[in-house]
Amino acid sequence: MKPASNYHPVQRAAPYWFLAPYLLLALVFFIYPLFEATRLAFYQTHGALAREWVGLDNFVFLFRDRNFIQALSNTAIFAICNCALMVPISLGLALLLNTRNNRFKGFFRVLFFSPNFVGQIFVGIMFAVIFLPRYGLMNRFLQTLLGWGLETEWLTDPAMVMPALILTNLWMYVGFNMIYFLAALQNVDDSLVEAARIDGAGPWAVFWNVTLPSIKPVAIFVLVVCMINSFQFFDLPWAMFRQTFGPGNSALFMVSYLYDSAFHTGDLGLASAVGWVLGAIIMLVSFVQIKVLGTGTEDA
Amino acid sequence: MNLLHVTLLAVLVFGFVLLVVDRRRPRLAGSYVRYVLLALIAVATLTPFVWLACAAVKESNVLMKYVLLPPISEWGEALGLTSYRKLFAPRASLHGPIQFWQYLLNSVFLASAATIIQTLFCSMGGYALSKYRFAGQRAVMLFMIGSMTLPGMLLLAPLYKMMVGFGWMDSYLALLIPGAASAFGIFLFRQAMISVPDSLLEAARIDGASELFIYWRITMPLVRPMTAAFCLIVFMGQWNAFIGPQIFLHSGYKLTAPVMLSQYMMQFGEDYGVFLSGTFLCILPIAVLFLALQREFIAGLTSGAVKG
Repeated sequence: MKPASNYHPVQRAAPYWFLAPYLLLALVFFIYPLFEATRLAFYQTHGALAREWVGLDNFVFLFRDRNFIQALSNTAIFAICNCALMVPISLGLALLLNTRNNRFKGFFRVLFFSPNFVGQIFVGIMFAVIFLPRYGLMNRFLQTLLGWGLETEWLTDPAMVMPALILTNLWMYVGFNMIYFLAALQNVDDSLVEAARIDGAGPWAVFWNVTLPSIKPVAIFVLVVCMINSFQFFDLPWAMFRQTFGPGNSALFMVSYLYDSAFHTGDLGLASAVGWVLGAIIMLVSFVQIKVLGTGTEDA
Repeated sequence: MNLLHVTLLAVLVFGFVLLVVDRRRPRLAGSYVRYVLLALIAVATLTPFVWLACAAVKESNVLMKYVLLPPISEWGEALGLTSYRKLFAPRASLHGPIQFWQYLLNSVFLASAATIIQTLFCSMGGYALSKYRFAGQRAVMLFMIGSMTLPGMLLLAPLYKMMVGFGWMDSYLALLIPGAASAFGIFLFRQAMISVPDSLLEAARIDGASELFIYWRITMPLVRPMTAAFCLIVFMGQWNAFIGPQIFLHSGYKLTAPVMLSQYMMQFGEDYGVFLSGTFLCILPIAVLFLALQREFIAGLTSGAVKG
């Protein structure tokens, strides 16, 4: 590419014109609302127009509110359990699929990926019926296979809500994350694997010492994205529990709390404070993960 | 002991026999185990879809009686489209009776409009970032990466306030304009356009082509697979979107299918057939699009992330 000084003036202006829509939209609908969110977090509002300055009271209120603490802990539990299962399962699935002469690879890849194109709302509606006691598909299946009773109350027993949500979420996204691992596995240097084999390394040693280090950047990417998305979990439980927080608030998540305070209580200030707590947690978690695990590459 | 147990047992025994008998080619047993596992997971993945398709054609009184389809002898009375008739029955609203078609049409319109706008703006941004070198380029890229790490939910409350101020409440503008260009989309197009040879663009320039012509008539046709994938990603995202339409739209006749279905879920309570057939109807068009474009779609998703 030529240095910028050789360009004709029209060409020199062109990239700014091409970027203008994005920059303008980002200014109006990203940067401004970001400042507004910061400002609003120090106000209490009643609907969109009336507001009064409350300083840090929103944050004080949040950490004294039992519902918010529950939303926080539900979200954290969901994020940790979900990602702890998501990463190994999707990696395992990719390993299972990644053989040199697997004629059905393309077929399985699309098939495992397919739940991903269905929106969380639709999945929530489906699984609200699938998890019904007695008649639901899930309980019928478990009974036929393991002889468990048909009365498991997936959606009304607070203790079963989290497992039900995690199972559904895994069904939706394992195939999606598998795609990333599959792509990474295809980039693993075959000669390294071959060299390790010749040196007498078993399949487990090859995986641990050759494969895993070379897919580490992708594994970290998947983990960080999984965490970010888990903390913003909302549509699925909202649909599955018919726009409620589930029995005993067991399906109350941080975004549900934000949604409720903004659009039912009508306090956009409190909602912005929740948003900032959420944003801070997400940035902190991503930062720690990347620091502790490294990005795995020098040039990334 | 039931059919499921017998099948699983047979699969296990066969695998064990392979493992014991075929000592000379242990790979065979290995790939057998592999395919059995893959098949089991495939069945687990597909079952909810099959179950939904069956639920959508059953009469409500037998919906829960049979897990999948009733025996053929009962098809006459057990299968039917009553739930669709209920779903599509005109419903009273402030603006006169509304049929479910209206919500589907709204969804189609919103998703198509979002697709066109976002594809245009994101490809323009991606073109600028991949085919020019200009002052501030690095700053723009860093800003875009930074903007992607912040949760979108943080902006929900201030955006709501802005939309009230703009008078865009209950208008599709509130759903289409704020997200009209995404950093994610720009990166996707940038990644695809980097591989378009500079010499081609230079040749066009020498022939007197305008910058707009080079972008629209030379670069865009060369990244058609990526464009297809991006269109599908946006269309699906908007089709499945819930929180935006739920917050910004009020008038009954403007609502989208997902918002309506989640309301039907509360209204119809135990009459599962109605909202299950609605869900089936909403998944179907996306499924067709996805199957038609799956190769581009999956390639598009991984192009930005892997090898970064």
